[in-house]
Amino acid sequence: MPISDNVAIIGTGVTRFGEHFDLSYTDMLIDAAYEAYADAGIDPGEIEAAWLGTAFPNLNGLLGDDGTSLSEPLNLPNIPVTRVANLCATGMEAVRAAAMAVAAGEYNMVLAVGCEKMREVSPRGSLVSRHIVETHPVLTKGRTAPGMFAVLANRYFEEYGYDKSTIAQVAVKNHYNGSLNEKAHFRKAITEDQVMKAPLIADPLGLFDACPTTDGAAAVIITTKEIAERLKKDYVLIKGAGVSTWGGYFTVQYREDFDFLGFQATRGAAAQAYRQAGITNPAEQIDLVECHDCFTITELINYEDLGLCERGEGGRLIKEGVTTLEGSLPVNPSGGLKAMGHPVGATGVRMVSEVVNQVRGRAGKRQVRDAHLGVCHTLGGPGVVSAVMVLGR
Amino acid sequence: MAIGITGFGVHIPRYRLSRSLVAKAWGTAFGPGDRAVASFDEDAITMAVSAVDSALRETDLATPDSIYFASTSAPYQEKQSSTLIATVTGLDRTASTSDVTGSLRAGTSALKSALDSVKAGSSTSSVVVSSEIRSGEPGTDAEQVSGDAAVALIIGSDKVLATFEGVYSISEEFTDSWRVENQPNSEKGDTAFVTAYGYQRIVRDALKGALKKFGLTGADVARVAVAAPDRRSYAAVLGAAGFVAGSYPDDPLLSTVGDTGASAAPLLLVKVLEDAKPGDNIIVAAYGSGNCDVLWFKATDLIDTASKLRNVSKEVAAGRPLENYERFLSFRNVIEQEPLSPYSSLAMLWKEQKQDLRLLATKCKACGSVSFPRQRVCRQCRSLDNYEDFALGRYGTVYTWTSDHLFPNPDPPTAMVVADLDGGGRFYGQMTDAPAKLAKIGLKVELTFRRLHEGGGYHNYFWKLRPIVDQDA
Repeated sequence: MPISDNVAIIGTGVTRFGEHFDLSYTDMLIDAAYEAYADAGIDPGEIEAAWLGTAFPNLNGLLGDDGTSLSEPLNLPNIPVTRVANLCATGMEAVRAAAMAVAAGEYNMVLAVGCEKMREVSPRGSLVSRHIVETHPVLTKGRTAPGMFAVLANRYFEEYGYDKSTIAQVAVKNHYNGSLNEKAHFRKAITEDQVMKAPLIADPLGLFDACPTTDGAAAVIITTKEIAERLKKDYVLIKGAGVSTWGGYFTVQYREDFDFLGFQATRGAAAQAYRQAGITNPAEQIDLVECHDCFTITELINYEDLGLCERGEGGRLIKEGVTTLEGSLPVNPSGGLKAMGHPVGATGVRMVSEVVNQVRGRAGKRQVRDAHLGVCHTLGGPGVVSAVMVLGR
Repeated sequence: MAIGITGFGVHIPRYRLSRSLVAKAWGTAFGPGDRAVASFDEDAITMAVSAVDSALRETDLATPDSIYFASTSAPYQEKQSSTLIATVTGLDRTASTSDVTGSLRAGTSALKSALDSVKAGSSTSSVVVSSEIRSGEPGTDAEQVSGDAAVALIIGSDKVLATFEGVYSISEEFTDSWRVENQPNSEKGDTAFVTAYGYQRIVRDALKGALKKFGLTGADVARVAVAAPDRRSYAAVLGAAGFVAGSYPDDPLLSTVGDTGASAAPLLLVKVLEDAKPGDNIIVAAYGSGNCDVLWFKATDLIDTASKLRNVSKEVAAGRPLENYERFLSFRNVIEQEPLSPYSSLAMLWKEQKQDLRLLATKCKACGSVSFPRQRVCRQCRSLDNYEDFALGRYGTVYTWTSDHLFPNPDPPTAMVVADLDGGGRFYGQMTDAPAKLAKIGLKVELTFRRLHEGGGYHNYFWKLRPIVDQDA
């Protein structure tokens, strides 16, 4: 059966995100999974299959490279456990794989966990700077994560006439939302002045334009709609799940048909998910969005690629306050990657958890009014992989 | 059949270190002017590639079938440099490749060999490239009088600018400067002794002997290119040979470039070719530890080409001052940089030579779309293995940019630019040879071959972009 309206999420678990020098990869994975079991009201023995999303096992001695990184600590032997990875879309890929297996009719109760331990090494050794010592020996040298998005910011400014003060609004908004979220890495509101005066990382992006390097894990329990109804669970349905790739991790910036103003991967993934969910007018139909604000500029570009506004209008949307918690279309009520932090494999699962709990009306101080239909979006590498998921009742 | 110089290319590194800046750092006086300073990402191979690449691109000469590389500062003690230079600049794999080293007159030794090979018919045409990065211990004269440069001379029999007329050499055992194994900088004997009995005595004898052999007097020579370690010695040998004022540059590039070792004489040769007139006799001389070569050329009717190519005057004028002396010390790794060990793979780099060294894209034979990096399946029409090589152009315009403060770099921050290349294709890479603050949309840039890192314990080379000096051109 198709995934739309047939697959239900009945439990979520998210660790506090932050620099967890005192927690191991396994500790976080266990905490997220057991919170999800408790939320779903199920016994771990009911789990029939599991998917583990970890993007960069090399940061912690290759833990997270395979299914045993989940099955051994959770004591789930003799069931299929698969590790998945797809750059920053990894977490949502774990959820999608689990949902597909349920939709296929093969399993009734499955677990998807995203877990990333990034601070076993210094931030320099982490994702932000991986091209310095990893990846292609020559093609990629000089790249850093902020650098690969800063080139979009400068082109975006040139093309549409915005400036750094426009993208600064994204940081102000998401830090404020994060201040309302007890699980966020950063829980402090900031001012535009702080964003503007922060040290530059990759011009025009400064320290407050970037998400931090963070540890965290998130888990969801997935079953069929019938089972969720029968067991009287507080469930939220997957309405659509799209994944798209465009260009290559090393090579996309060499393509003359990449305009550095938007990501075809996001547009492709959104088109798939919206079609499945019956969304024809995203700005009108969607009540909230959790999107991949790895850098402030990325959020504005995501607005456009996700169809929340026309191309070039992303800057206007943030300036007019449309996407604040009180606005007509709140984006990143959780605080986003900017304030939550971005443990890569965990992020997609964490977004799914956020939207599920917003739709359930359980988001506390950051609850979005009338949240019935929400969208999650992750974006991998220099914008070459994207996953979009639509969730609702 | 007349053979001689048919074309050339010059690479003088963009950065210049003002000797007054050094004097300020050390509290002592050095000579006047600037020395040319290779950037942190340059070595004798990359500079040679630049010189050969411009020589081949700015002329319509046939690709040479032999190459001679002359240097005392090659980046490998074991592994031939000329083969890498030949590969990057598109010489055929059947081309003859040789490295000439161990002497500051290696440039003219290589030039003699190339002339001999073309004359003997073992090569149809040859490229001789001299390239040096020279320095000394911090705060010494040696550090300040030396300079960095590369010069490529194309030797052949078609479209000759200056015909080869004769050669005369002296080789005598004499120790004046030397460098033993694993020593970074050369040492020099007692200055008074080695100047008088080394350079001055031997070059004087060689010039006199050469003129006698060639049947010329000093006054018959219109253009003189005699490399010299200092102005006083320069004046002494020119006077002894009877050359007349106006036939030689007042300054043998010491106050603009510095003493560039094996590159010094070829560099001066190009300098005098720029102003030569048809029929001019040209004498070039190089000296190194008791050895001196003197060569005689005669300018042809095609000599005015020399003023149009990437020549010494253009490269000297393109200099950009280094902001401080510490930057120079970090470029030469006197102030050591953070050690990094990036991933590398000999097998991968070998397979990717066309892409990474030669910048050959794939062009689909079915739909004409260009892919760089190379693709077997066309990304427009999905044709499989139906492509031809397409050489990326060297010039382009910046489409977007950033200035990155995270990427480690001895010349921080690192500007990363995306440039649309003239003739098709796009390149994304580091900008070099200029402060990152110059990066902007619309900036005109050129591709330049550079050393990226030492991953795997060997030198990893690739291309970067640098601003072209005349943005209006």
